[in-house]
Amino acid sequence: MIEVRALTAGYGPVTVLRDLNFRADAGQITCIMGRNGAGKSTLMKAIMGLVPASSGSIVLNGQDVTRLPAHQVPLQGIAYVPQGRRLFGPLTVAENIAIGLNARRKGQATRDFVLDLFPRLGERLEQVASTLSGGEQQMLAIARALCLEPQVLLLDEPTEGLQPSMIALIRDTILKLKASGMATVLVEQRVDAVLKMADRVAFMMHGRVEAEAEARDLTAASPQFQEFVGV
Amino acid sequence: MKGETGKIWTLHLAVIAALFAAQFLLPQYHATNLARIMVLAVYAMGYNIAFGYTGLLSLGHALFFAAGMYAMGLPIWQLEWLPVPALILGLVAGGVMAGAVGLLALRTAGVSFMIVTLMFAQAGYLTLLYLNTWTGGDEGFVVERAYRMIGGVDLAADTPRYLAALGLFSAGMLGCLWLVRSPFGRVMVAMRENEERSRMLGFNPFRVKLIALVISGLYAGVAGAAYGLLFGYVGATFATIQYSILPMLYVLMGGAGTVLGPFLGALAMFYLIDIASGFTDAWLFVVGAALVALILFAPKGILGTLRERGLKWLP
Repeated sequence: MIEVRALTAGYGPVTVLRDLNFRADAGQITCIMGRNGAGKSTLMKAIMGLVPASSGSIVLNGQDVTRLPAHQVPLQGIAYVPQGRRLFGPLTVAENIAIGLNARRKGQATRDFVLDLFPRLGERLEQVASTLSGGEQQMLAIARALCLEPQVLLLDEPTEGLQPSMIALIRDTILKLKASGMATVLVEQRVDAVLKMADRVAFMMHGRVEAEAEARDLTAASPQFQEFVGV
Repeated sequence: MKGETGKIWTLHLAVIAALFAAQFLLPQYHATNLARIMVLAVYAMGYNIAFGYTGLLSLGHALFFAAGMYAMGLPIWQLEWLPVPALILGLVAGGVMAGAVGLLALRTAGVSFMIVTLMFAQAGYLTLLYLNTWTGGDEGFVVERAYRMIGGVDLAADTPRYLAALGLFSAGMLGCLWLVRSPFGRVMVAMRENEERSRMLGFNPFRVKLIALVISGLYAGVAGAAYGLLFGYVGATFATIQYSILPMLYVLMGGAGTVLGPFLGALAMFYLIDIASGFTDAWLFVVGAALVALILFAPKGILGTLRERGLKWLP
């Protein structure tokens, strides 16, 4: 589905990703784990074209999207929910969703789909986004990204700072999206969440994917977690 | 949602109705003032589209206002055009000028954008002075009464002028209301709130901002053209930085990002200056004090504050 090949990227003179290789397949949840500063969020941003690649390539379904302008990447079918949600605070839930739908000219069916996934948003359509709870804001951020009907969904720590009931809800939603055939790339720090959701885990260190494993082969005591996540 | 839409349309149509009635109730001096305020409010609405809704803080809008005014006035003065095509040319000139400036200035952002737009406006002002043979320079020129007739209606007369200003204001206000409630209007706000996030949803910030600036320029252009035609004078004063700052003050006072804010701001500021200058030569001090009070007690402007404190449905 999406493949990152020998990617080197960074901010100006600072190289963050070094010769990085990574792959995420349709109908799978691929988790990226690593310590702070390993380059997880930068990888997300590089895929979205927000951090320029100095070499290497990013290929979506055989199409090279490496050097597309950032605003065209989502139109190819990659959606990104960044850390911190970044909603349009003064707009209502309905307006946030409408903006997402407008981007790829999606209509009522897509709107119904995302509101079915998050019925709570349907109850709060006229509420201003900045007044939602943290969990509801995260739901809205994911819902808005799903309005693009993406083939690949990038989620950067979607359960960070949420209460357990919200974490469970977000987790269930991600599993439903997996069942629909979407390729999900999830940056996650919580080992328990990774073991419950992931199909594959990529461990990053110093801007590279240093190890990969099938999630079913891992346990909380696996040495990879000790080495790359520091738990 | 339907209830809110009803309230929104009722409020805006009531404002138009009240302004229509005002001409019969007000003394002529204030009716003429109100006609002037309505035209300036159209200019401020345009500024609000760029600044209040899209987040583009420009100091160059006098260039678009003057472009409309001169594109209307010069063909009448030099080529004896009729007022309607001249007015249309004024509208187009504002949009074209905004597009041309935007193509270059929108490569910058924030303070740089402000400085670049200011630089373009100053260049436009100096050009008007330099080409004084054709533009009338600092003195400008009068649009003769014979050229201010449309279909036998004399726009120099009080009532037709008032109605023409009201017509322009109504069209501008309802157009703005439609725009900000449209999908593109929501994208403008999204761009103001978080440009990077908007880009991540597939919107091209440069394109969105350029379109918003051109629409803003169309408003400024038609307001400049109408001002020249209705009040019979075209001059380089309207291209000075003061005329870039005025719509900003109107918008800040009335409430940035509100449809009626520019009108309320223009009304309040116009009469603040009018009344203060009647009492003292230091009227700028009074205006400054009012702005300080505004920043202290209602930093979101009159309507912005009302919206924050309860009238959340105000567009």
